[in-house]
Parts: sequence; structure tokens; C-alpha cells
Amino acid sequence: MSDMVGKGILKSLSVSLKRFAETYLDDLSWLGKRYRTDKGIAHRGSKDARGIFTVQYPEEKIPVPEEFRFVPFLVYDEGPNGEKTLRCTSCGICAKVCPPQCIWIVRSTDPATGRPIPDPAKFTIDADLCMNCGLCAEFCPFDAIKMDHDYELASFTRNVYDETKLSKSAKYYESIRPVNARREDAARAAKAASRTGQGE
Amino acid sequence: MESNELNSPDYEIPPELQAQVAITSLDKIYNWGRSASVWPLMFGLACCAIEMICAAASRFDIARFGMEIMRPSPRQSDLMIISGTVTKKMIPIIVRLYNQMPEPKYVLAMGACASGGGPFKEGYNVVSGVDKFIPVDVYVPGCPPTPQALLNGLMKIQEKIKGESIKTARWYQKGPDMAEIPVPMLGPDLIDPRKITLIQNGKKN
Amino acid sequence: MATPVATPAPAQTLDLPARFPGVLNPDTRPGYSGWILDNANLLKFATALRDELGYDYLSSVTAVDYLPEGKMEVVYHVYKTTGGAGVVFKIQVPRADPMEVPSLVSIYPGAELQEREAWDLFGIKFTGHPDLRRILMWEGFAGHPMRKDWHEPYFEEEAKPLKSRWPDGRMIMAESKNLFGDNISYPDGFNPESQTFDPEKALYEALRSYQKDEVGLDTDHIIVNMGPQHPSTHGVFRVAVVLDGEKIVNLKPVMGYLHRNHEKIGERNTFIMNMPYTDRLDYLSSMSNNFGYALAVEKLMNVKPTERAEYIRVMMAEMTRIASHLMAIGALLNDLGAYFTPMLYALEERELLLDIFEAVSGSRMMCNYFRFGGVARDLPEGTLQKIKGLFFERLPRKIEEIDRFLSENEIIRSRGIGQGVLTAEDAIKYSAAGPLLRASGIPYDVRRAEPYSIYDRFEFDVVVRTNGDIYDRLMVRFDEIRQSIRIVQQAVKQLPNGPVMALKPMYQVRVPPGEAYGRVEGPKGELGFYVISNGKPTPWRYHVRAPSFINLTAFGPICIGQKLADVVAVLGSIDIVLGEVDR
Ligand code: SF4
Ligand code: SF4
Repeated sequence: MSDMVGKGILKSLSVSLKRFAETYLDDLSWLGKRYRTDKGIAHRGSKDARGIFTVQYPEEKIPVPEEFRFVPFLVYDEGPNGEKTLRCTSCGICAKVCPPQCIWIVRSTDPATGRPIPDPAKFTIDADLCMNCGLCAEFCPFDAIKMDHDYELASFTRNVYDETKLSKSAKYYESIRPVNARREDAARAAKAASRTGQGE
Repeated sequence: MESNELNSPDYEIPPELQAQVAITSLDKIYNWGRSASVWPLMFGLACCAIEMICAAASRFDIARFGMEIMRPSPRQSDLMIISGTVTKKMIPIIVRLYNQMPEPKYVLAMGACASGGGPFKEGYNVVSGVDKFIPVDVYVPGCPPTPQALLNGLMKIQEKIKGESIKTARWYQKGPDMAEIPVPMLGPDLIDPRKITLIQNGKKN
Repeated sequence: MATPVATPAPAQTLDLPARFPGVLNPDTRPGYSGWILDNANLLKFATALRDELGYDYLSSVTAVDYLPEGKMEVVYHVYKTTGGAGVVFKIQVPRADPMEVPSLVSIYPGAELQEREAWDLFGIKFTGHPDLRRILMWEGFAGHPMRKDWHEPYFEEEAKPLKSRWPDGRMIMAESKNLFGDNISYPDGFNPESQTFDPEKALYEALRSYQKDEVGLDTDHIIVNMGPQHPSTHGVFRVAVVLDGEKIVNLKPVMGYLHRNHEKIGERNTFIMNMPYTDRLDYLSSMSNNFGYALAVEKLMNVKPTERAEYIRVMMAEMTRIASHLMAIGALLNDLGAYFTPMLYALEERELLLDIFEAVSGSRMMCNYFRFGGVARDLPEGTLQKIKGLFFERLPRKIEEIDRFLSENEIIRSRGIGQGVLTAEDAIKYSAAGPLLRASGIPYDVRRAEPYSIYDRFEFDVVVRTNGDIYDRLMVRFDEIRQSIRIVQQAVKQLPNGPVMALKPMYQVRVPPGEAYGRVEGPKGELGFYVISNGKPTPWRYHVRAPSFINLTAFGPICIGQKLADVVAVLGSIDIVLGEVDR
């Protein structure tokens, strides 16, 4: 313990002073490149960060990592003529595993035979129940539902998303999660190959 | 930065005066001032409140929006960020706080719980969204919304403020709209005074 | 100040039935363990257990509703603060009102809040309890919600997945099916206008029951309510105090403002669905919560996580501890009046840790990262590098900086030293856990007392301080951060390669019937999950022994005799998280 009263407080203040000085030192050493550059943003979130820590949203955004999850979306593949086919087969696994039960799926049926067709007639997610847990994406066997990176969803009304709002292209998926998308594509291709192999 | 936005009065300023004169409408300057100094109520409910604190901390720095002055008293605040699960035990207090806020006042439902009940919606002590009791201006989905998502929601509030006009704004009018929201009570279950006749007539649900 | 504590010797096999002839019946249901005894013998048995056998620490009290068998069970988990395995004993009562069980508060005062919870949620009357009121719901609420035959207004089915979601899942909001348009139902014939009682009455009556000071002037005592909306209560927590001048003569914590029905929902969820819900208990330390729950279910399933997964788990749990303690330190300083600067410094480091969580698990706070038999996914590329950078270069330096910033400051010292003292004896008595217990001089840490996962492979000290005051609780947290850094450093170096999941990922796991109590040392203290499976896809009972909640048992006794201004400081030093207090 310090014998002089006030020594501890001075010590505290010295820390503040040091941090204050670091702000300028770091700013100077980056010669103006510290802000509004990807490198600058990465630096401010790294182990070497000193000085101003703020990332100035919305002008700058912290890059989200690949695994980042927000509200899920449905992936569709685009055909050569621009036709869109949802990968979802309405198997219902995501609806079964969803902890708050916020996925509603209506399975299509063939009007002629009444048998189910692997295609959702309706797919609804109540984004105001969704806990962003990612279990739906984790257990979907068809890579059809994935977790989105888009978090700028604030709106003036309650958020219930239907299949139109939820659909996003496979290209988009690949752009936000390149590593996962590549791995899954490879696995699907391998599976398809082995299936045709068996068929012959 | 906002000078361009402000300075669009639909009125020609002669070129020689442009350096000295700025013309704007009363609405614009008034809303500009308001939107850049929204003071939130310092009021955290659950997990989302932690992200709200993070939004106020150095990395996201809500002060850049003029919102860092979190008031512990509702009498001094403009914005109520409902940051978390609204329970039946808590809703009477929330409504009372809302009634105590001076107009104009805004409500931001942060996160799934405040917007629609969230993951705990089915629980016996959870209100299915704060909008069952108080009007909500902006809904921010996410569980929890990241601080950046919250900032996005706050920008929506600013956007809303900027779209308002003194002539039509609700709080300068007279009418039933101005009445206080009746504070719910706790009985065998939550009692909403607005629904008393319904409760008396309703059979067991 | 940290003293190393030897790993306890394996508990000598204790022949309880021989010690208590005719009192104990072994629990022979498959998968169960422990002893069943009668109401009449409970107090005698518990006294002997505490005084003669040294089981001085009551970890958890909870109830289980065995509706099909027509009985209720109260389950007690008792441990020794010197370490080792515990004793589980149970009381069974027929399921007909009134259900009465003798209260253990006179022997283990730590049972106070837990028994109130069991009364509130199950309607078991604990005879001899000094203050048996509802705790999470309000006085006057209809029914005891955790009973299996009590259904909430939105009730659809006993177990998820709900049939209304697929294959014909047309979205209907639950409230539109309710007559009142909200999550509400009333007993038959209820008329709100004839309601006359006041839900707060019982609280104020309880507050008035204190020892009047007979000496000195006869002064008026006033009741002050702090919260639930108060900047220093760390959320929606309410404290009702009776004041004599500025001195506190009685204090009651009031909670339940964030009661989100974890346990009721948890008993409808499948086992895997509960994982993301555990994130939301103590939302500052989701990885630890995952850990505890995973351990409990893995015990039931009898699976062992892979080596690499074990290391990743330990790393994540320790990083969580650091993040949580940083928040606790910042918040305590806020409460002491150093508004926001220390918090900003602490949050800066926490942000960097959250970045790692986000990269690994996908979310900053709600990690949902553990699975039964491992973790959800391996560390993404580059993350290990980041962890290394943080733990070998940055954090040790930064912690010293924050320490330098705070610990010698005269204001903190004078507000902390000698204030809000909890003695070692009281700490055990009130079942305090975590930093609260260790600051009072009890070197009890589940990681050492009953090592789980692979904690026995790491070198670290159990941190203790001896004064039990606010300052020591702050310092314990600093020391624990240092120890956690040590553990992560070791784990990073030893991290083996290999798979991270021992089982095939499955969305419905098969869990054999039985009971399990998984406990971990969370940042707030001993976090336990008591899970009962009956072989179905959903747990029959899912109970959380929440350290924040039980630590509040000691809150009143610490504060009585202090000044009002110290209440916030004491509360800050206990470090509660409301998600866990109210669940
Ligand atoms: S992220 Fe979780 S809560 Fe949201 S839809 Fe998927 S499974 Fe349901
Ligand atoms: S929306 Fe999610 S994070 Fe926010 S309060 Fe609810 S459970 Fe917590």
C-alpha cells in the first residue's frame, strides 16, 4: 500500500494519460491510413490495437467472420435460363430441430396424386422468434437453409419472412461463406457421383 | 455534413448570397436537431442489454449519433430501447416508465424477445412482444442483434424522426391518442385494464 | 496471494447405510443413484451429515414432479468444501396438496432461496422455512407452473417438435389463437374488478420481521425500493431495504422480473434444443453454460468427447471466464462511481475475446458451440493464431494495466476494504460459490475439487483471498483472469489434432433413462445442471443450479448493518447476471 495518500490515484491517472498519448502515437504512425481502410479496421480489432478503438459504423463496418450467423435464408440454385430452384425439399428437419419452433413449412402435394412433392409450397420464418442458433443450417441434409450475414434488418414492422424474402442465390451463399460452400459442394458432388455409380 | 440535406428549401438563393444565407424549413432544422440528440433511457432487460452496453462502449460508440447520454430517469429521455425479454412481472413497470417519458418519445424493440416474444415466447411469464402494450417504432431482429445491428436500428429511428412534421406529429395534436396507457396489473395472470370487459365475458381460455 | 491446493484424495468409500441404519433406502431406479429417506429423518440425517461427516456445502435443492407415479421428489446435492464427490439424497411425498417437506434452512441456510423456488414452481411447502413466499412469480399467480399438469396459455403439445409446423405448417401467431390476444389465461369465473389483494403485501410483511434495536433513540424506519429499473442493479433486479437513517436493518432481494421459464421450456425441448437456451442463462458466459449442460447429458449418454474437443472446450470456457470477469470488474467500478472509464478499458479486451467467439461459433454472445460428444465445428483457420497472439502477447500486459489502473486507487480501497464482509463460515453456510466463496478464504473450485473434463492436466492455482470484503472479491477476479490465461496458454501448446466430434452429428440423440448432475466452475461459481431422462427425446426434468441466484442468499446478511450506498457495491462485487438469477 502506498504511504502517501493520492499516490494510487496518480498511478491510475498515469494509465489514462498513457492511453491518451497512444491515441496520437498510433494515429500518427498510420499516416492517415488508420481509418476507412480495410487494413486499418483489421488493425483496430487485432492484438496490436492501441489508441482509438472505434469502428465508425456505418461508414466502416467490422468484417464478419465466415461462421457468423444471423437470420437464416433459403438457398436456390440458378439454372442456365435464370430459373430458380430452391434446394429445400421440405423434408422438415429444420422445422423439427428449431428450438423455438419458428419455422413453418407447408409441403407441396401433387394435385393429381395427392402425394408429397419435395418442394415447399410455403416456408415461413418468424424472425422475431428466431434465436439465431444455427441448428437449422447445421442439420439440413441438403444445404438448403443457411445462416445469413446480413444484420441490417431493422424495420418499422414486425419481421415475419416468407419464402420470397428468404430466398437467396447459391452465388450469394458462396460469397459469404466460401470455405463452407466449397466443402459442401464437393461433398454433394461426391455423393451424387457415388449414387450414379451405384445406379449403373 | 447535414448542411446539404438541410439546405434544400425549394427556394432559390441568389448565387452571391449563397455563402452567407442558408434557408431551411422549420421542420427540417427541428428534426435535424432532434435526431442528432436522441437520449435513450438507461434501461436494460436481458441479454440484449449487454449488446446495448457494447454499443455504448468504445468499439461502436453510440456517441457518434448523439445518443451517448443514457438517462436513468424516464423524464429526461426520448427513446426507450427495450433490450430484452419482456416478462409479465416487468411489463407494468415498463408501461409506467413509458408513460413518464415526455413526448415526443420513441420505442425501439431490440431483439427477438422485445419484438415478438423471441425464443421464450411460449413461456408462462413472457409477453409476446412489447408492442402488445406500448407502440413500437422500430423493430430490430436478431438474438441478440449485434451492436452494429442496433446502430442500424437507431439510424432507422433517426430516419423516422426526419420524416416527421410539426404540423402532423401526433404529440402536438389533441385527441384520445394522447391518453396514458393504462398500467397492467398482476392478478392470477397479467390483467390488461383495456381488456377488462373481455375478461369478464370471456370463458376459460 | 494464490495458494496451490492439492487435488483431494479420492473420497474414502463411505458406508452411509451402516452409519444410518434403517434410515436410508438406496435409489434403485435404473440410472439413478443416491438415497431416499423419510420426512421424519431428514433433519437428523442432514445434521449428522454436516456435523459428523463434513458435508458442509449444500449445492442444490430442487424438486421433480413424477406425475405418472403420483409423487413429488425433492433432491438435495451436498458436498464437502474440502473436495471430493458428493452425496445425493431425496425425499418423496405423495402428489396431493398440501405437500409438506421439512425445511433445511436451519441446517443449510443456503437452501433458503432454492426452497422458495421449489415452493413457487412446484407448490411444495417447506415447513419451518422462515420466509416461504413466491420468488420468481408474483404472490397471487394461479398455480405452480413447473408441475407437469400445469399448462401455459400457449400450450400446444407436451414435446417438441410441434406437429403444427410441418408438413402443413401455416404460420399462425400463437397470440391470435388466444382469446385475449396475448399469453394469458385466467381461472374460471375470474372477475378482475373484484380483485382486491395486493401482490406486494407479503414482501412488506416479510421486510418488517427484523430485530428492533432497543437501545438508543426510537427512530422511524423507512422502506426503500431499488429497482427493477435502476442503473446499478445489473438488470431488472429489485432490492427492498428497511433503513434506519442510512443503516440497513433489513434487506430482501426481489427477483423474477426476468423469469423466462427456462426449465419449463427445457422440459419440452429435445436435448439438443436446450443447448442454445443454455446460452441465455448467464448470457455473459455462454460457453460455460454449454459446458455444464453438455457434461450432464454426456454423463447420461455415457459418451466421451474427443481429445481435441476437450482442449477446445477448456480453452473456450477459460476465455469465457476472462470475458465475464472483465465485465464484472467494469460493472463493479461503475457501481463504485467510476462511471464507464474502467468499463471501457475492460470491454475493449472483452471485444477482442468476443471476436474469437464469433469466429469460432458464429455469435458474439450466444455461442451454442458445444455438442454432445464434442464441439460443433473445428477452429476455423487463423483462429488459433489469433488466440495465441491475444494470450501470449496482449492480455497478460493488458490485465496488468487494468490492475495498475485500479487496485491501488485509494477510493477503491477505501470503499472496498473492510466493507461488505462475508466470513468464511457464512460463505459456506449460505452456499456461496465462485469468487464470492474464494474471496472469503475457502479454496473451493470445482475444477480442482472434483475435476471434470481435462482440468486435472493443467497447472493452475485456486485463487483465494482471506478478508471476504468487496476489495478481495475484485482482486480474486484479477487473479482468476491470470490463472485462466495460464490455462489457455497451456491448452494452446498441447492442443492435439484430430476430430472434434465423437458421435455422428444427430438432431435427435438417444439418451438412456437416468439422472445426472453435471457441474462446472463457471465464472460466477458452481454451475450445475440436473437432468433426468426417461428415455424419450425430451428431458423429464431439466434444472439449473444457478450460481448467481444462490449467491444472492448471502446478499441480505452481508448488507445488514452496512450503509445504503454500499448495497450497490456489494451487489456489484457478487456479480450477478439476471438471466441466471431468474432463469
Ligand atoms: S436459427 Fe435456430 S431459431 Fe432460427 S430458424 Fe434456425 S433453428 Fe430456428
Ligand atoms: S432477443 Fe435473444 S438476446 Fe435478446 S433478450 Fe431475447 S433471448 Fe436475449
